[in-house]
Amino acid sequence: MFKALGKQLYVLWSQVVTLALVGKHLFQKKDTVEYPDVMPYMFPRWRGRIILTRDPDGEERCVACNLCAVACPVDCIALQKTEDEHGRWYPEFFRINFSRCIMCGFCEEACPTHAIQLTPDFEMAEYVRQDMVWEKEHMLINGTGKYHDYNFYKIAGKSIGGKGKGEARNEKPPVDRRSLLP
Amino acid sequence: MFEFSVGSLLNIAFVLGVVLVSAAMLIWVERRVLGFLSERLGPNRVGPFGILQSIADVGKLITKEDWIPPFADKLAFSVAPAIIPICMLLSFAVVPLAPGVGVMDLNIGVLWLLAMGGLAAYAAMLGGISSNNKFSLLGGLRAAGQTISYEVFMGISLLGVVILGDSFNLREIVESQRDGWFIIPQFVGFVVFTIAGLAETNRWPFDLAESESEIISGYNTEYSGMKFGLFFVGEYIGMFLMSMLIPVLFFGGWLAPFGWDIGPPIVSGLIWMTLKTSFWIFFFILARAALVRPRYDQLMNYGWLVMLPLSLLNLLITGAIVLYQGS
Repeated sequence: MFKALGKQLYVLWSQVVTLALVGKHLFQKKDTVEYPDVMPYMFPRWRGRIILTRDPDGEERCVACNLCAVACPVDCIALQKTEDEHGRWYPEFFRINFSRCIMCGFCEEACPTHAIQLTPDFEMAEYVRQDMVWEKEHMLINGTGKYHDYNFYKIAGKSIGGKGKGEARNEKPPVDRRSLLP
Repeated sequence: MFEFSVGSLLNIAFVLGVVLVSAAMLIWVERRVLGFLSERLGPNRVGPFGILQSIADVGKLITKEDWIPPFADKLAFSVAPAIIPICMLLSFAVVPLAPGVGVMDLNIGVLWLLAMGGLAAYAAMLGGISSNNKFSLLGGLRAAGQTISYEVFMGISLLGVVILGDSFNLREIVESQRDGWFIIPQFVGFVVFTIAGLAETNRWPFDLAESESEIISGYNTEYSGMKFGLFFVGEYIGMFLMSMLIPVLFFGGWLAPFGWDIGPPIVSGLIWMTLKTSFWIFFFILARAALVRPRYDQLMNYGWLVMLPLSLLNLLITGAIVLYQGS
């Protein structure tokens, strides 16, 4: 009987210890970040609002290859390719439906020209659903984003106005296949 | 009519106001303290320190759709939520707040409390059965079983206090604690009463009647809007009642410890009563934050096999000592 009583007392005492241990948390520093008043630190690689960047010369990086639209698991990207007078490809329109976007970053990984990038901005709430469909002019920024030196047309072999075949960086002049001499 | 003595209209209005305002504020206090206990801040947006959160919550409850499920028993379903606040408010009739403050000095005060506590079980029971939903039914059955079995030794543990105070009147029980609080001679009774009080108000860790992880929300699963709000407020009034009863029965009620009286007796009484009640409210919230819920069979075993013998033993020993001293 005394053994049983001792066990019950132990059970009760362990509850009291639990109460004390939890009660101590009252005086500890709170973990809450009071968000609208205090902005949390956002990591540079955070996948937030999507932007379209320009190359160092100030031209649009996007070449409208559609790889982002293909990679997108929720099909929220729509674009149409067109060409300017120099032969540069660019999107005629570029539309992201942010009410569908899941910020997975697959488009950024798929992009061959570092045009589409995700930023640490996450405050994208809207009152009207239609306002969450963003066009190219909303997303295009006047900077290079995360990759400052990359310029696709300066590296790619495609000839555009002002840059012929063989003039790209690390590119040899094209071989004359009709001549046997090296 | 406007004199301030026990049972005057002004006094009744005062007690009712204190109880209702406190019960409403407890909605906010509980969330805030729970937040602090888990290293959060809790609701602090509405008004200074979030003090108006209760008003926002009640506004939400009132404007919500008051939906009665088509498969429910309409009459019982509508009556059930009203029972619990009524019983809890009626219980406050016999609770003395300070010298000269209180609704009435019933000479069967302790019995009145137990009766009202028992009647409150009807709310959960009727709500559970009339919802016509298996989870509600389980919750209602659990609430009924739990309330009735814990009522038994809650009453027995109170008898020790009644023997020492030589009265069923709560005001006289408080007065008889002038030369020593009952917590010392009645420590076992105090422990039993506190545990039974937690179970009686269906609060954590004894919230088996609405244990969320097992049976959705128990007896109030089907309730919405202000009908749910009445269950909700009733629970908080019950918690407030228990936090007042523990000081009244075991901690000398409004009496100041070590004679630390502040001002006239009525002011001092109200201040000490507030402090003691606040401590026990904090204890109730702490118990919610810290303790885990037992299984239902564990709850019943603990009640009938541990608490009941303990309270009977306590009663026996208290009675023997009092008889021995009296002879």
